[in-house]
Amino acid sequence: MTMKASTRQMDGVTIVDLSGRITLGEGSVILRDTIRDLVGKGSKKILLNLGDVTYIDSSGIGELVSAFTTVRNQGGELKLLNLTKKVHDLLQITKLYTVFDVKDDEATAISAFTK
Amino acid sequence: MTGNRVSYTLESTLESVNKAEELSSQLAAQAGFGEDECQKISMAVREAAVNAVLHGNAYDPKKKMTVSYENTGGELVIRVADQGKGLDVSHIPDPLAPENLLKQSGRGIFLMRAFMDEVRFRTLDPGSEVTLIKKVAAGAPADTKEASK
Repeated sequence: MTMKASTRQMDGVTIVDLSGRITLGEGSVILRDTIRDLVGKGSKKILLNLGDVTYIDSSGIGELVSAFTTVRNQGGELKLLNLTKKVHDLLQITKLYTVFDVKDDEATAISAFTK
Repeated sequence: MTGNRVSYTLESTLESVNKAEELSSQLAAQAGFGEDECQKISMAVREAAVNAVLHGNAYDPKKKMTVSYENTGGELVIRVADQGKGLDVSHIPDPLAPENLLKQSGRGIFLMRAFMDEVRFRTLDPGSEVTLIKKVAAGAPADTKEASK
């Protein structure tokens, strides 16, 4: 299953709904291009919804880290929403779970962004 | 049959990485591993295959990746070899070190070690080979078909 990304706006937060596999190649490129496009348009509050992400490899993890630092370096915030158990476990063993601000409820995640 | 080895010679492409991952999942299931373990094994193989194709062979169409699977009865042994310039694992930074946490790359070998019981590296001439070993649970079937593709 290839990766898909669609964006929507909610209370000043850009929510990116991701589905499929974030792996080396197409999945990572789609995520990278989506983040660059949003940052280029001035989005500073980005919420990545990973609820339908079925698989992620080390390249995908790297792309999430890159997205996090790219947004932060522009003075923005990036948070993660709805991790599956597999993605959650992967972020735990790579010690990235504490780096990212991870939420499991969309409304809570949106309200957690700096006003 | 126990001990038989299946070997695949694959192009240096992302499609080959996906194929190695799929084969690993199928063969791990045949070896009796559960869904979670199958995913861990196939992910470790994916990381090894990415290293072989990307860092080893650098997508060179003249260079091949070889992936072999062997169920010894007690262990599932998977070897991924490339024909690149070799890999010095002694100089790979710890991805869990605070200064490396936000680096984009460098987690592949860490994940292989996290998901497998044993990971060994060997220098070839030319290239390198990683051996990924997972112990087969007692009572699980030991069955990989003999083939060469």
